[in-house]
Amino acid sequence: MAENGTGIGAAVKRKEDMRFITGAGRYTDDIDQAGQACAVFLRSPHARATIGGIDTGAALQVPGVVAVYTGADLAADGIGDLPCGWLVKSKDGSDMIQPPHPPLAVERVNYVGEPYGLVIADSLQAARDGAEAVVADFDDLPAVVGVATADQADQLHESVPNNQCYDWELGDKVATDAAFANADHVASLDIVNNRLIPNAMEPRAAVGDYDAASGVYTLHTTSQNPHLERLVLAAFVQVAPESRLRVVSPDVGGGFGSKIFVYAEETAVIWAAGKLRRAVKWRAERSESFLADAHGRDHVTKAELALSSDGTFLGLRVKTIANMGAYLSTFASSVPTYLYGTLMAGQYKTPAIYVEVRAMFTNTAPVDAYRGAGRPEATYVVERLVETAARDLSMDLAEIRRRNFIQPEDFPYATPVALTYDTGDYEASLDKALRHIDYQGFGARRAASEANGNRRGIGFSSYIEACGLAPSQVALSLGAGVGLFESAEVRVNVTGSVTVITGSHSHGQGHETTFAQVVSDRLGIPLDDVEVVHGDTARSDYGLGTYGSRSIAVGGSALIRATDKIIAKGKKIVAHNFETTEDNIDFTDGIFAEHESNRSMAFAEVAFAAYVPANFPLDELEPGLSEKAFYDPGNFTYPAGTHICEVEIDGETGVPTIAAFVAVDDFGHVINPMIVEGQVHGGLCQGIGQALLEHGVYDDAGQLVTGSYMDYCMPRADDVPSFTVDTTVTPCTHNPLGVKGCGEAGAIGATAAVMNAVTDALGVKSLPMPATPETVWKALGSAG
Amino acid sequence: MYQFNYRKASSLEHAADLQANAEDGVYLAGGMTLIPTLKQRLAAPSDVIDVGGLDGLRGIDVGATVRVGALTAHAEVAASAEVRGAIPALSDLAEGIGDAHVRNRGTIGGSVANSDPAADYPAAVVGLGATVHTDRRSIVGDDFFTDLFETALDEGEIITSVEFPVPAQAAYAKFPNPASRYAIVGVMVAEVDDAVRVGVTGAGPCAFRSAELEAALAGGLSVSALDGVSVSSGDLNSDLHASAEYRAHLVVVMARRAVAQLT
Repeated sequence: MAENGTGIGAAVKRKEDMRFITGAGRYTDDIDQAGQACAVFLRSPHARATIGGIDTGAALQVPGVVAVYTGADLAADGIGDLPCGWLVKSKDGSDMIQPPHPPLAVERVNYVGEPYGLVIADSLQAARDGAEAVVADFDDLPAVVGVATADQADQLHESVPNNQCYDWELGDKVATDAAFANADHVASLDIVNNRLIPNAMEPRAAVGDYDAASGVYTLHTTSQNPHLERLVLAAFVQVAPESRLRVVSPDVGGGFGSKIFVYAEETAVIWAAGKLRRAVKWRAERSESFLADAHGRDHVTKAELALSSDGTFLGLRVKTIANMGAYLSTFASSVPTYLYGTLMAGQYKTPAIYVEVRAMFTNTAPVDAYRGAGRPEATYVVERLVETAARDLSMDLAEIRRRNFIQPEDFPYATPVALTYDTGDYEASLDKALRHIDYQGFGARRAASEANGNRRGIGFSSYIEACGLAPSQVALSLGAGVGLFESAEVRVNVTGSVTVITGSHSHGQGHETTFAQVVSDRLGIPLDDVEVVHGDTARSDYGLGTYGSRSIAVGGSALIRATDKIIAKGKKIVAHNFETTEDNIDFTDGIFAEHESNRSMAFAEVAFAAYVPANFPLDELEPGLSEKAFYDPGNFTYPAGTHICEVEIDGETGVPTIAAFVAVDDFGHVINPMIVEGQVHGGLCQGIGQALLEHGVYDDAGQLVTGSYMDYCMPRADDVPSFTVDTTVTPCTHNPLGVKGCGEAGAIGATAAVMNAVTDALGVKSLPMPATPETVWKALGSAG
Repeated sequence: MYQFNYRKASSLEHAADLQANAEDGVYLAGGMTLIPTLKQRLAAPSDVIDVGGLDGLRGIDVGATVRVGALTAHAEVAASAEVRGAIPALSDLAEGIGDAHVRNRGTIGGSVANSDPAADYPAAVVGLGATVHTDRRSIVGDDFFTDLFETALDEGEIITSVEFPVPAQAAYAKFPNPASRYAIVGVMVAEVDDAVRVGVTGAGPCAFRSAELEAALAGGLSVSALDGVSVSSGDLNSDLHASAEYRAHLVVVMARRAVAQLT
C-alpha cells in the first residue's frame, strides 16, 4: 500500500473540496427550473389532534398563490402511504404493526410539524402568505410523549393496540436466565439513550419537475440514496413508473442518516409538479428540519450483566423500549432490532445473551437511523455495563476487558446474537489506546485536578459495529425489503480517461477522491484521469446509496470487480493485437505486457484500440471498454476499537471538559488516511455531542422545546479537544480491498467513553445524558 | 418576512419624525435581534427606520468617562486600546459577545435598548453605573432596565450613547449557555467612586444589581468575602439549561471569578 503518491493508502487532498470551499458546489437549492413555483408546507401546531376541516378559500385568493393541496388531494390521485422497508416480527411470530402513513395527514395529526398540506405560489413570499391564510379546524387531543409509559396511554393509531409496533426478541432466554442464576455478581443499569436531532448543514430540499412531452418526472432532492427514493416513489407511492421517474441527488451537505428516508415533502413536491405541469421547489427552513427530519436514538433500557467473581462475563440481559415517534419512517423498525440487538456481544465472549425490544408509537417526530443507527445505543449499553461491573468488582478497566475479549484465534467467531465476526484484534487497539492516553499517569493527573478543587475521571469504550450493509441474503431473511448490494460501472473513454459511476452516494464523505484513488491505483492511471459520478438514477443502473459505513466496503468492492473486468477485457484486446492469448498478458502499473517479450501497450493505447477496433474478431471480442459489476458482500464488516476519554469537571460549576480523547480504530485497510481521520473526528464530535450537549426535548404537550440552536446544543470546535486518532489493522477477510468502513465509528464509540469518564469523575453509578453543567453540578452535590 | 416600508433616517430628528408618522415603526441599528425576528415573521412593523447611517452616533470617546456612541459595534469596543486602558472589563465583555459576525454588526445601543435578559452589556450598564443618553434625556443605568425586554425608554426615544464612569477596578465573568452562548449568568463586579457595584445579567428577567453580593463585598474586593454567601433564587429565571437554583449558585461563582481576576 502506497504511503505516498495518489494510490490506495495515500492521504490525497479531496478533489471535491475546492468547489465546496469556494461556494461552487451545486446543491438542490441551487437548482432552478424554468417557470418554477415555490412550495410551503402546512404543519401541525398540535402534537395530536383531529382535523375537522381545512378551509383553503382565503389562501387561494392570496395574490400569487397557484394551488393549495391537502392530504385528500393526494389520496384522490391514488398517492400511497410512505412505507417502512423492514418487516420485524414480534416474539409471537406476528408481523409488526405499521399504521397508515399518508404523506400529508388526512384525518388526524400525530406530531408537531407533521405536514397536512402545501401551498404553491409564484414566489416564496406568496406561498408563505397563502399558508398563513389557510384555516384548519383542529380538535386538540392529549399528547402521548413519554415512551416508557406509552403502552398505558391513549391509543394513537386505530390499528395499533397499546401503541406497540412490535415486541421483538433475540438470543437464548433460557440459557441467559441460567447464566444469571449461576452468577457470582450481577451488574445492572437503567439507561436512557437521549433523543438526538440530526442537523445536517444543508436542510432537506426538493425540486420536482414534469416534462409533459416525455411524461418524465425529474426530482432533484437531498437524498443519500436516489435509487431507493425512486423505487419507493414508483412502486409504493406510485407517482410514476421507474422508467419515467428520474431522481438526482446533486451535492448534498451532510446526511448522517436523516437523508436516507423517503419523506412527505419530496413526495408531495414531485406529485404537485405533475399535477400543475410546472416545476415546484421546496427547501426546509432550519425550524422545519428540527420538527420534521427523522430524529435519532430515544431508548429506555434496563440492562444486566452476569459475572463470575473473577470478572468473566456469563450472560447479558437487555430490555429496551424504543421510540418510533408517530409513524414508522423508512427503516425505523430495523434500527433498534437488527442494528442493535445483534451487537450486544460487543468485543466479548459473553456466552448467553437475551435482548427484548418493544417499539412504541408516541406523538413525536418519527425516529430512524442516525449516524451509527442502533450500534451506538448497543455500545452504550454494553460499555456502560462493563465499566459498571468493573467498578462493582474493583477491577481494572483494561483488565476486565482483556479477560473477556474474543481472541484473534477465535475468529471467525459466531456470537449468541446472530452475527459471525470475521476478524479482529481487540487487545491491539486497547494497548495502543492505553499508551496514547498515558494510563499509568492518570492517578497523578486526577490528584492534580483534585488539588485544584476539580474532579477527573477516565472512561473506556471498546466498541464493535457491523458495517458494510449488508449481505442481501442475510438482510432479506431478516425482513429487509430491498437488497443491499452495490453497483459500479467503469467507463474507459477513448483517450484513456475513466468515468466511474457508482451507486454509492457522497454527501460529504469524499467518494470522488477515495473511489478515484482505488481506480487510479488498480488501473495504473493518474488520479486526475478518473472522474467519479454518483447520485443520478439516469446515469447509473442502480444503487443503494450511502449509510451504515457501506460505501468503500460494498461500493468499493463493486468497483474492484468492475476494474477487474476492464483489465480482463484489456488483456483480450492486447492479446489480439499481439496475436497471442490473454493468459500471456500481464497487467502492472498501467502497462499490458506480454510474458517473455518486450512487447507492451499502455492503458491509454488499449483504450484507444478498444474504440478503434481494427480487425477485431467481432464474434469473440466486442469493441468498447466499459464494464459493470454488482457486488453483494458475504458478511458484514466489523470495525472495532477502543476509545478512551479523560474528563475534568469544574468543582464549582459542574462544567465537564474533555481533557483528552484517544480513538484507536481498526478499519482494516485504509484508502485515504486523511479522509478517514476526518470521518473519525466528525463521528467523535457527534458521540461527544450526545454525551454532553445534544438533547431533543418535547414538553408534556408534545411541543418541541429544543426547536432551534438557541436551545439545541450542537457541538462546536471549542467543545471538543484535539483528538488523538490512531489505527490498528486486521484486514476484512471477505472483500477484495480488506476494508471495513469508518463513517460511524466515532459516533458509536465515543458516547460511552465520555459517560464512563464523567460518572467515574463524579463517583456516581449513572447520570442522564446529556451531562449538562447543571446535571453534573447536582451530581457533585449528591456525591458529596 | 412580511412587507414593510424601509425608511433611512438622515438625522435624529428625521428618525423621530419617521417614527411619529409611522403606523407601527421600529428602529433598525445593527439588526442582530430585529432581522431574525422579521425573518421568522414574528414581528410585522409597518416601517423599519434605519438609523444605521447616523454617523454622529458612532465612535468612542475616552476621557474622564468612557462614552460609547449608540451605533458603535461590539468589535470596535473590544478592539479599542483606549477602552482597554480605561475599563479592561468592558473590553473583555465586548470581546465575549456572540460571535465575530454579531460583534461586527451588533451595536451597544441596540443591545441595551432590547433589554434581552441574557445580553452582556446590561451587566456593564448596571454594574459600572453607566448613564444612557438619548435624544431626549439622560437615564441613570440603575433605572434603565425595567423588565424582560422592557426599558425606561419612551415610545420613539433613541439612545445616542452610553457613558461609563471609569472604575477603580472592574471585572466581568460570564457563564455561557452551551447552546446559544448567551449569558446564563454574567456578573460585572466594579469599584466605582469608592463603592462596590455588582451587576448581574442572564439570571433574572432583566439586568439587576445584587444587593447580597454588594453587601458581602462592601468591605473590600476579595474572594474570601464571598465565602458562604448565597443569593436568593426566588426571582431568577428557570429554563431547560439552568434552574433558578443553579443560576443563583452561578451568580456567586461568577462573582467570585470576577473578583479573582482583580486580586
